[in-house]
Amino acid sequence: MHFQVSSEDFTRAGEASSAVKKALKKLGLPPDIIRRVAIAMYEGEINMVIHAKSGEIDVVITPDYIDMTLRDNGPGIQDVELAMQAGYSTAPEEVRNLGFGAGMGLPNMKKNSDEMTIDTELGVGTTVKMKVYINTPS
Amino acid sequence: MKIKDVMEILDAELIDGQNLLDNEVHTACGSDMMSDVLAFVKDQSVLMTGLINLQVVRTAEMMDMVCIVFVRGKRPDDAIISLARDRNIALLSTEHPMFTACGKLYEAGLRGGCSPQ
Ligand SMILES: Nc1ncnc2c1ncn2[C@@H]1O[C@H](COP(=O)(O)OP(=O)(O)O)[C@@H](O)[C@H]1O
Ligand SMILES: [Mg+2]
Repeated sequence: MHFQVSSEDFTRAGEASSAVKKALKKLGLPPDIIRRVAIAMYEGEINMVIHAKSGEIDVVITPDYIDMTLRDNGPGIQDVELAMQAGYSTAPEEVRNLGFGAGMGLPNMKKNSDEMTIDTELGVGTTVKMKVYINTPS
Repeated sequence: MKIKDVMEILDAELIDGQNLLDNEVHTACGSDMMSDVLAFVKDQSVLMTGLINLQVVRTAEMMDMVCIVFVRGKRPDDAIISLARDRNIALLSTEHPMFTACGKLYEAGLRGGCSPQ
């Protein structure tokens, strides 16, 4: 599944995650797996809208895992380790007034995915890849 | 407890979801920070919030929540109502402020849906 995400309109943030959630439900996957994917992708989608200008999301669903790739052309992340810390946020006040920008997004994405990598370059953009296993590998 | 019980306990007005009133709820969570809500997971929760925007409904959707209560008499607009209807999420509005609304539900036996970790 492929989605274009634009930061023009905050109200539309989450549409892609919602569509993926619906598709996973249709496939009859376990509710906890669906919820982990939904939360991780939604926080990622919100980040694209808040922190980057625009981006795209690719989701691949296989019998074994769900792969999410979120690619944006935003400002990039200066210090990924710092950004991963709970509570760290550069989001402006107006974003906090919308209910986001608590600095919980990236840590929560990590918590809800089995694998997560962040590739980022200042002034170029950020790519976040997340994988959620359907049958957790031993 | 059912959504209709929540409605009664909070003297709340049903804004949408007449067909959902018999749905069971076990836990509740009160917050204006949606990223905090997303960081704490439990089934079948009620979300109490003073925040009015579409992301409140999306957050509830991602978390499989079945009911949103807007506190302090706040009322959602049509876009919020129609999204919630599509996602089968009941919408209530209570005049009580957040603290009182949470206390009333706790007293009635509902427990926190926002445990740390
Ligand atoms: N896609 C992105 N592009 C640029 N910066 C980002 C992106 N995602 C996250 N960040 C940076 O990492 C910080 C922490 O992100 P996160 O944990 O989601 O918290 P929040 O979004 O609430 O600020 C953000 O404040 C921002 O500085
Ligand atoms: Mg974030």
